[in-house]
Amino acid sequence: MRKLPRIATALVATLSLSPAALAATELSMWYHGAGNEVESKLINQIVSDFNASQSDWTVTIESFPQESYNDSVVAAALAGNLPDIIDVDGPVMPNWAWSGYMQPLPIDESEIADFLPGTIGRWDGKLYSVGLWDAAVATVTRRSTLEKFDIRVPTLDQPWTAEEFDAALMKIKDSGEFDYAIDLGMAWTGEWYPYAFSPFLQSFGGDIVDRSTYQSAEGVLNGDAALAFGEWWQSLFTRELTPGTSQDPADRETGFLEGRYAIQWNGNWAAVPMLEAYDDVLFLPAPDFGNGSTIGAASWQFGISASSQHPDGAAAFIKFALQDKYMAAFSDGIGLIPPTPQSAAMTEKYNEGGPLEVFYGLSKAQALVRPVTPGYVVAAKVFEKALADIANGADVADTLDAAVDEINADIEKNGGYGH
Amino acid sequence: MASKLTTSNAAGWAFALPGFGLICLFIVVPFFLAFALSLTNQRLISPNPTEYVGFANYKSLLSLAVITLEPERDEAGEIVRAEDGTLVYPRVRTITRNPDFPEYRGMREWFRWHSGDNARVVVAADVVFMKALVNTLTFALVIAPGQGGLALLLALLINQRLRGINIFRTIYFMPVVVSIVVVSLLWRFIYDGNDGLLNNILSSLTFGLFEPIDWLGRTDTALGSIIAMSIWQAVGFHMVIWLAGLQTISPTLYEVAQIEGASKWQTFRYVTWPGLRNTAVLVLIVITMQAFALFAQIDVMTNGGPLDSTQTLVFQAVERGYGKQDISGGSTISVVLFLIVLTISLIQRYLTRERS
Repeated sequence: MRKLPRIATALVATLSLSPAALAATELSMWYHGAGNEVESKLINQIVSDFNASQSDWTVTIESFPQESYNDSVVAAALAGNLPDIIDVDGPVMPNWAWSGYMQPLPIDESEIADFLPGTIGRWDGKLYSVGLWDAAVATVTRRSTLEKFDIRVPTLDQPWTAEEFDAALMKIKDSGEFDYAIDLGMAWTGEWYPYAFSPFLQSFGGDIVDRSTYQSAEGVLNGDAALAFGEWWQSLFTRELTPGTSQDPADRETGFLEGRYAIQWNGNWAAVPMLEAYDDVLFLPAPDFGNGSTIGAASWQFGISASSQHPDGAAAFIKFALQDKYMAAFSDGIGLIPPTPQSAAMTEKYNEGGPLEVFYGLSKAQALVRPVTPGYVVAAKVFEKALADIANGADVADTLDAAVDEINADIEKNGGYGH
Repeated sequence: MASKLTTSNAAGWAFALPGFGLICLFIVVPFFLAFALSLTNQRLISPNPTEYVGFANYKSLLSLAVITLEPERDEAGEIVRAEDGTLVYPRVRTITRNPDFPEYRGMREWFRWHSGDNARVVVAADVVFMKALVNTLTFALVIAPGQGGLALLLALLINQRLRGINIFRTIYFMPVVVSIVVVSLLWRFIYDGNDGLLNNILSSLTFGLFEPIDWLGRTDTALGSIIAMSIWQAVGFHMVIWLAGLQTISPTLYEVAQIEGASKWQTFRYVTWPGLRNTAVLVLIVITMQAFALFAQIDVMTNGGPLDSTQTLVFQAVERGYGKQDISGGSTISVVLFLIVLTISLIQRYLTRERS
């Protein structure tokens, strides 16, 4: 009996203490970069800086390997366990927003006014996600290689034409000096295919879906332009200009550095080792197949999950992260493209005259986001399989027809995906 | 028997309850869920409400038709021949994408054969599924006798009293203990087209005459490579089951056989094999069921490629249900797979029943 008052006192003490203990509200955050030491260090730095900068919120971060990140988010959404802040791959964002995993981002448009278009994720007219960086793809080769084969160095204004590009590849192949004239990166299955190769299709005049309505792929993925693209794509493999789908991922990493591939279609994240290996590396725009030279845009971005009870806190963190110094740090650390001119000026490689400045130009001038639709997730998989099949010798028209049928059936099954 | 199960056995039922409960929760309930979902348009996550669609999923999975194509003729009605003398047929897409033939809409050529001058084309609504079905059946058909036979051979070899026989038992059993994902990754290196272990061995055995083969990158070798690797991986498990069966055979029977002057083959044929009857039934059914569940190797090594030559039913079920967020499509494949495995198991049970 005498214990009771003591317990009561303890309870009162705890209750009166708790507001102080809860002063900083916990915010959870998931990130896709587990396993990358530099990247983890950078993001952890932002989190600890943010936690130290104010006393309302404490962000705790949990990192996942990139390969299983999307699956984890989907599974967590099914189980109702999403964190407050998630990072999301740009083209996937509309799917997550439409499915109801994400809520609009309460950040003022003026704060992101000068960001590269690929770093901003919008769906249904609302801002959902912002990225600290963009990525770009370039045709990478050496000046000495081009000079040796008497190939013109293309520029942003005057990229290679389809004929020029083809002639260049044949010339290099016929010399027999390289294992392959160009390496497209067929070993990188998954999102690389639509990200890196759909710009070729767009340059031919086709696309993955009809962007005017997002209700059908008929005529754009199997029209004349797409068929021409498919025939060209297949010819790269039948003429053995590029390694096929069974390329060893290790060859993808080292083939250009070791001089076994003359040209490589690769992203800015791979640029640093190339600059170290050669002193005359060139990062060149994509060839123009008739409809302009273009590359894919959008990389990982931050957003707020739909189930978050504290969108204001989450937004405060994202705003905090969008500082030039952090964007520059990511760029310096892992070679990503800084999203604003100010942050670019602060970096070592993207400032004026820097070795990678060209990527900033490519991103700004040519980048086209992948189709902004919740159906992209499925269409991307269909597109990937179609390209792999055509590379392996499947009939071009039949394969593209089948891809169109599958994409259209999926759109229909989903009631038009809310467009 | 029936009375014993139902009366005065409360303790027995109580002991069985946790097991039954878990089996119900994780196997029986999901099966009925899969069947129910296969009749709807359920997505993995979608703001749209789920609707009942009847057997539409089955129709879009299983529909088949035969189209007869007549060879192209020129204006005079003569059959056009290509330069090498073969007949020229109109493309299948002129029919499957023709508004005049809505019944063939969305179908694709699966295979064709020729009768006279005409070509008969089998078109399927879901060619990938059909290929997955054929691949899975092929896999099961090769694996069942191949793995079972090899396992028996190994069991016979290690069922001897020799010094250090446990070392061999351990070696044969080792691949079973290693995760299938790790094994698949290792075999991807072994099968590598340029400088894989297999190519290196073959080329040094033939003094460089052997041209390196891209084992997993060719439509004619990919499935075979996966079959060989799968046999190697699981053979140890079935070897142990055979071994357990071998050790239940009474040594006196072997003594009798020896006294009667039976040859080694006769001993095996009339003593060992009849004694392994029940083990054989078990091994056969287990291997068949495992074969139909082929997934991890495909997921790690080929992703169903090249050109669908290694697609399998379970891989497709996962790819659709999870990858393409189409739970109803994945469920439909699961139900079809269940019916196939059930049918085959029943047939096996019937063929291997005790004849009294």
